[in-house]
Amino acid sequence: MTFSPKLEEKFAALLTHYPEGRQRAALIPMLLYAQDEVGAITPELVEEVAKRCGVTPLQVDEVVGYYSMLHRKPLGKYHIQVCTNISCMLVGGEELFEHACKKLGIGHKQVTPDGLFSLEEVECMGACSWAPAIQIGYEFHHKVTPEKLDELIEALRKIQ
Amino acid sequence: MLYNEPSPLEVRVLTRRFGLPNSASIDTYLATDGYKALEKAFDMTPDEIIEEVKTSNLRGRGGAGFPTGMKWGFVPRNSPKPKYIVVNGDESEPGTCKDRLLIENDPHQLIEGVLIAALAVGASRGWIYIRGEYRYLIEIMDKAIAEAYARGYLGKNILGRGFDFDLHTHTGAGAYECGEESALLESLEGKRGVPRIRPPFPAVSGAFQCPTILNNVETFSAVPAIIRDGGAAFAALGTPKNGGTRLFCLSGHVNKPGVYELPMGFNLLRMINEVGGGVRGGRALKAVIPGGSSCPILKAEECDLPMDYDSLAKAKSMLGSGGVIVMDETTDMVKAALRIMKFYQHESCGWCIPCREGTTWLKKLLTRMDEGRGSSNDIDLIADLAKNMLGRTFCPLGDAAAMPTISIVEKFREEFEAKLAASRTQSKFVVV
Repeated sequence: MTFSPKLEEKFAALLTHYPEGRQRAALIPMLLYAQDEVGAITPELVEEVAKRCGVTPLQVDEVVGYYSMLHRKPLGKYHIQVCTNISCMLVGGEELFEHACKKLGIGHKQVTPDGLFSLEEVECMGACSWAPAIQIGYEFHHKVTPEKLDELIEALRKIQ
Repeated sequence: MLYNEPSPLEVRVLTRRFGLPNSASIDTYLATDGYKALEKAFDMTPDEIIEEVKTSNLRGRGGAGFPTGMKWGFVPRNSPKPKYIVVNGDESEPGTCKDRLLIENDPHQLIEGVLIAALAVGASRGWIYIRGEYRYLIEIMDKAIAEAYARGYLGKNILGRGFDFDLHTHTGAGAYECGEESALLESLEGKRGVPRIRPPFPAVSGAFQCPTILNNVETFSAVPAIIRDGGAAFAALGTPKNGGTRLFCLSGHVNKPGVYELPMGFNLLRMINEVGGGVRGGRALKAVIPGGSSCPILKAEECDLPMDYDSLAKAKSMLGSGGVIVMDETTDMVKAALRIMKFYQHESCGWCIPCREGTTWLKKLLTRMDEGRGSSNDIDLIADLAKNMLGRTFCPLGDAAAMPTISIVEKFREEFEAKLAASRTQSKFVVV
């Protein structure tokens, strides 16, 4: 299994970032960056990353099971993450999540039938002072109202 | 980029470059006294650097508040092993969003702080561990690191002084637990973020089992100012034993939520009313969680106090990570307790039983209470269960879950009782 030349370059550098013989350290960054390109942690990807980091596929699997950003099934093209933790909750985070469910017709960790959107209720994302916050993919949006969320979703639909 | 208007009451030490054009670039940094502290540190002995940090009364900004200079002093400098520096940028304590700004607006300040720490203990390598959700910050940090290499501030023979140091970013992938230092080290080594038994502490056996200095982003970011202007000047900004300023993250029911740099010991009520513009909608203040969601809650009448580690400890709470969560009179405290517990239950790594089972049962009990299905002995059961977690877990996550719960039940018991009274569906038999 090979990745894009840009990612291969990144991985080659990554393996040099840790002490000699400790290349397992590259495992989590490698999984996350590979997932961004491949779309999910597939069995094939587990095998490949295990080989590159010098660990067994089982050791990779136990790591995949631990970290909430690593997932075995593909997400929507646009992964909408709504924070409902305490600071966001106080200013409407839960209502925002409910609104997103209705708007997209899906629930927590579900994908729309066209594969365009997925939704996740997430824990604190570090935007507490500008709450309620969401992330679409890696992009932050602050002080999001239901109306603003609708606009964001409509704008993404139009790109298609 | 800044996400809120600064306050005129701020004392800007760590945030002094925020808002400058291209504040993250090395040119802006160098034009504003950047890397001057590093040059000064090259002319100091390691002991002198550590002494200066001790004089500053800088204490860990991640939450525990341990004196930074003392922590650095624990590193065995004569050990034959390589020494490492690890930056904790796994900012995930609910209510906290300050490290984000420090990396986004002034990454070179962090690099310079790391380099000074490296000089103090003779470290050769370092990693900046940044939570996976902060991908754009990893890109900003990588760019800053590349600039520092290109200008001779990282790599071989730094500033021609015969000192070598390599620095890299390292991404997390979503786990609150990895903010705990030993779990972070496990994660850095490519494993599940399960905490390590201590001792040995990271100073003796940290990253890759080598002596390691591990501090929060804000802690390292304070170091250049301490070396540049002197530890005494930094100490003088705060209160005794609580040196300097800190970045407070005001969130919740205030008119002007935001991140503000204020001197240690700044009065909490003043922070809410004068910096934060008062409680939203002119409502009455009900409670404040003063330092991130793991800190015991303060009732409104307890909030007239200086915000430093020792004053908060005296009030039986914590300064924590600086996340000041403000709640007005409309806040449902049972719901707040439940949401906080949901978080800790989700984030418990499951390694030790009091935390794994404790958070799970507390979530069940609080859910039942919130949904009006609680029974009259649930209130005491919640408090009792939480108290039995305290000090009995492998890492502080168990305490972090128990402390806010105990304080909310004790201080707002009447709200739990009101939920029970309203429900009228108390079952006689309760399976626990």
